[in-house]
Amino acid sequence: MPNVFEPRILAFFCNWCTYTAADLAGVSRMKYAPTTRVVRVMCSGRVDPQFVLSAFAKGADGVLIGGCHPGDCHYLEGNTKFLRRFRMLKRMLADLGIEPERLRLEWISASEGDRLRTVVNEMTEQIRALGPLHMPAHFKEWDTEVLVEDLSHDREEEVGERV
Amino acid sequence: MEHEVHTNGKEEVRIGFYICHCGSNIGGTIDVAAVADYVRTLPGVVVSKDYKYMCSNAGQDMIVEDIEINRLNRIVVAACSPLLHEKTFRSATHKGGINPFFFHMVNIREHGSWVHEDKALATEKAKAVARGAVGRVRFHKALEKRKEPVTQSVLIVGGGIAGIQAAQTLSNAGKKVYLVEREPTIGGHMALFDKTFPTLDCAACILTPKMTDIGSDPNITLWSYAEVVDVKGYVGNFTAQIRHKPRYIKEDLCVGCLDCIDNCVFKQGNTDDEFNQSLSKRKPVYIPFPQAVPKLVVIDPEACTHLNGGKCEQSCATACERDAIDFNQKESFDDIEVGTVIVTTGFKTFDAARKPLYGYGRYDNVYTALEVERLVTSSGPTGGEVVLRDGRRPKTVAIVHCVGSRDHQTNRWCSRVCCMYSLKLAHLIKEHTGAEVFNFYIDMRCAGKGYEEFYERLLEEGNRFVRGRVAEVTDVPVSAEEEGKLVVKVEDSLAGFVRRIPVDMVVLSTGLEPRQDASNVRRMFNISCSSEGFFLERHPKLAPISTTTDGVFIAGCCQGPKDIPDTVAQAGFAAGEAMALLDKGFVEMEPMTSFVNEELCSGCKTCIGLCPFSAITRDDAKEVAVINPVLCKGCGVCVAACPSGAITQNLFEDCEIFAEIEEVLAHA
Repeated sequence: MPNVFEPRILAFFCNWCTYTAADLAGVSRMKYAPTTRVVRVMCSGRVDPQFVLSAFAKGADGVLIGGCHPGDCHYLEGNTKFLRRFRMLKRMLADLGIEPERLRLEWISASEGDRLRTVVNEMTEQIRALGPLHMPAHFKEWDTEVLVEDLSHDREEEVGERV
Repeated sequence: MEHEVHTNGKEEVRIGFYICHCGSNIGGTIDVAAVADYVRTLPGVVVSKDYKYMCSNAGQDMIVEDIEINRLNRIVVAACSPLLHEKTFRSATHKGGINPFFFHMVNIREHGSWVHEDKALATEKAKAVARGAVGRVRFHKALEKRKEPVTQSVLIVGGGIAGIQAAQTLSNAGKKVYLVEREPTIGGHMALFDKTFPTLDCAACILTPKMTDIGSDPNITLWSYAEVVDVKGYVGNFTAQIRHKPRYIKEDLCVGCLDCIDNCVFKQGNTDDEFNQSLSKRKPVYIPFPQAVPKLVVIDPEACTHLNGGKCEQSCATACERDAIDFNQKESFDDIEVGTVIVTTGFKTFDAARKPLYGYGRYDNVYTALEVERLVTSSGPTGGEVVLRDGRRPKTVAIVHCVGSRDHQTNRWCSRVCCMYSLKLAHLIKEHTGAEVFNFYIDMRCAGKGYEEFYERLLEEGNRFVRGRVAEVTDVPVSAEEEGKLVVKVEDSLAGFVRRIPVDMVVLSTGLEPRQDASNVRRMFNISCSSEGFFLERHPKLAPISTTTDGVFIAGCCQGPKDIPDTVAQAGFAAGEAMALLDKGFVEMEPMTSFVNEELCSGCKTCIGLCPFSAITRDDAKEVAVINPVLCKGCGVCVAACPSGAITQNLFEDCEIFAEIEEVLAHA
C-alpha cells in the first residue's frame, strides 16, 4: 500500500443537525474518508475558540465544525454565535501561519448525510494536499530553540505552559 | 496484572470499556478485539471487553456485574449512535449502582464501520475515539435529573382526520385538548372525498359524526379559522399563542341558520369555491360545506363588497335575527398553557401545472384527482354527475398515475395513496358514466389490507391498465379518431411500443407533498424535516412519532404520505404518547444545563445578551450572573463565551472536552 498521508480532522458536530446527518450517512452506508474524529456538542455555539486552538496544538491537521442551518438551530441562534467566533478564528489562524483550509464551518442539517460525506471528503483532499500541520512537533522544536539560546528558567516554563 | 491506581484529582478512576460487534455490523469492518486490547493499556481502564451485542440483556448484565466485581466507577461503551442507545447503557450503568452520567458512549457504527471500507483505518479511528471517551469519562460528575410537573392539556395543530382522531382519543381519556385549525372548518382533505378505498364506504359517513362529536365535546376547545403564531417553553410546560382570524360573525350568536347567505346581495356566487376545488362559485358570506364543524358562516373580506369599502345594503346583517354579523370584528389572540403538542398539519397535493406536458390549466378536460373527487361526490358542484366542463359525459377517461411522484424532475418519493385512489376513481367514474377507463401506471403499489383484492376487482370490472409513464397529453390529432379528443402519448412498456390513446377526459393522480409553509411550522415547533420537507421523526422505528423536541409529536401526512388507516393509527399512537406524558405527571429534564461559579464570575454581563432563552440575569447585590436552570436549555453558548471561564455546562465541561480533544488526537 502506498504511504498516503491520512489527515486527522477533529470535528465538532452539533447534536441536532450535523451529528444526526453523520448518523444518517451511516444508516445510508455512504462511504467517506476515515479522517474525522467527532466530538459531540449539543450546539455549535458551545464550541469555544480555545477548543479549536487546542485541537491544532494537540495534533489535528484540520478542524471541522458542523452546525444547523441559520434559522434552524435547536437553540434558536447558537450557530450564528459560533459564526462570529469562526470569523475571528480565521483571522487568528492566518496570523499564526495556519492555512485557512484547515478550519471549516459547515451548516449540515439532519437530512443532509450526502453533504456530510462531500464535506469530509473535500476537506480530506484539501488537507492531504497541504500536508501535516505537525504543531506538537513544532512546539517541541521551538522549546529546544529556546533552550539552545539559553534563556532563563522562567521563560522556559512560560513557553511550556503555553503549549 | 496489578492495576495501577489512576485518579482524576478527586477519586480513583476505574473505567470499564465495552466494545460491541453488533453482529457483523461493526465486527465485520472494525477489529473490535484489537480495539479492546488497545484500550486495556490506557490509564484508568480496569476492564476492557468485546461482546457480540452489548445492547442485549446479556451485554447490559455484563456491565452491571463488572461494576460490582471490579468496583468500576466509569463506563464507556463503543457501539452505535448515542442517539440510539445512550439511554440503554445509562440505565445499565445506573443499575450497576453508580450514577448514570458516569457513562460515555462512542459511536463506531454510524460514524465508523458503516461509512468506512478500509478495515485498518476504521480500526485506528475506533481506537482514537475510544481513547477520547476514556480520557473524558474520568472527569464525569454525578448528575441528577430535575423533575418538572406536566401541564394537563394538549395542543393539537391541524384538524384533519389525524388531529380529529388524536383529539378524540385524548378526550376519551378525560384530557383537556385545544384543537386549532386554520380553515373555517375541521375535516381536512378527508372531508373532500366521496368514498374511501378499498371498502368504498362513504367518507362523510365516517368523518362527519366524528367532526360533530369534536364540536360538542366539553373536553375539546375547538378553534377553527385560527393559527398558532408562537410557541415557547419545553416538554410539559409549553405556552402557545393562538391568533383568531376575524370571521365577521359573532361566534357565540351564530346558530348556522344560513339566512345571511340566502339574503346576500349576490344572488349567485362570485368567488371560486375552494372546497369544490374552484369547480363552482360561492358567495362572500358562506359556509365551506353543509356539514362544516363548527357550523358557523364566514365572510370572505376579499369578496365582500362592504368589507372592500364598497356600497352595499348589508342585507345579510339585516336578515340575521340574532345580530350575529359584525363587520368591525378584528383578529384576537389567546394564550394557552399545554403539556404537550401534536402537530397534524397534513399535506398539499402536487401542483399539476408543474408538469406542463400534461396540459393541466391549458386543456379544459384535464383534471386533477381532487377535482374529480368533487365531481363524483353527490354533494359536489355537479351533484355527483361526472361531466366535462362543457356538460358532456366522458366516454373514455385516462387516469395518469405518479404525477409529481417517483419523478426525478419533481418529487422523487412514492406518495403511497395514488395507486389506490386512482383505482377508486376508476371504479366510481365507470359506475357513474359507464366510460372506458384507462390507468397509466409505472407499478401498481397496492400494499395494504384488502388493497390487492380491490385491484383485482378493478381488473375484473374491465378497467384498462397500461404500464408506462405518460409522456404527453396533447390535443393535436394525427388521425380522424383523435379529432376533438385529448391524446395520451405513452410507451406501453409491456407491449413494447409507443401508443396514442384518444380520450375525452384526463385525470392526473397528483402526489402528496409538504405544505408550502411547512418550514415555518417546523421552526415554530423546533422540529426537523427530512430532505423532501416532511417532518422528521426521531427514529423511524423506535420513535416514529416523536421529534427532536421532547413533548412535540407528529402524526399524519405532515410526517410523510400515508393513507387514512395509517394516519388514524399514527394519530392514536401520538395521542397515547401524549397521554403517557400527562399521566406520568412529571418530566425529567436532561441535566446538561449550565451554572455559574460565583467565585470566578466578574459580572461582566457578556453571557446575558447571548442567551437565546433569557435564562441569565445579573444578581446586582453579588455582582454575578445567575442562570435559571428551568429556563436553561443547555446549549452551552454562554460557556463558550465567558471570558472568565466561570460558567460550566454539565456533561460538556471544559475539562471533559479538552481531555477528549487531547486524547482523541493522542492516538497516532
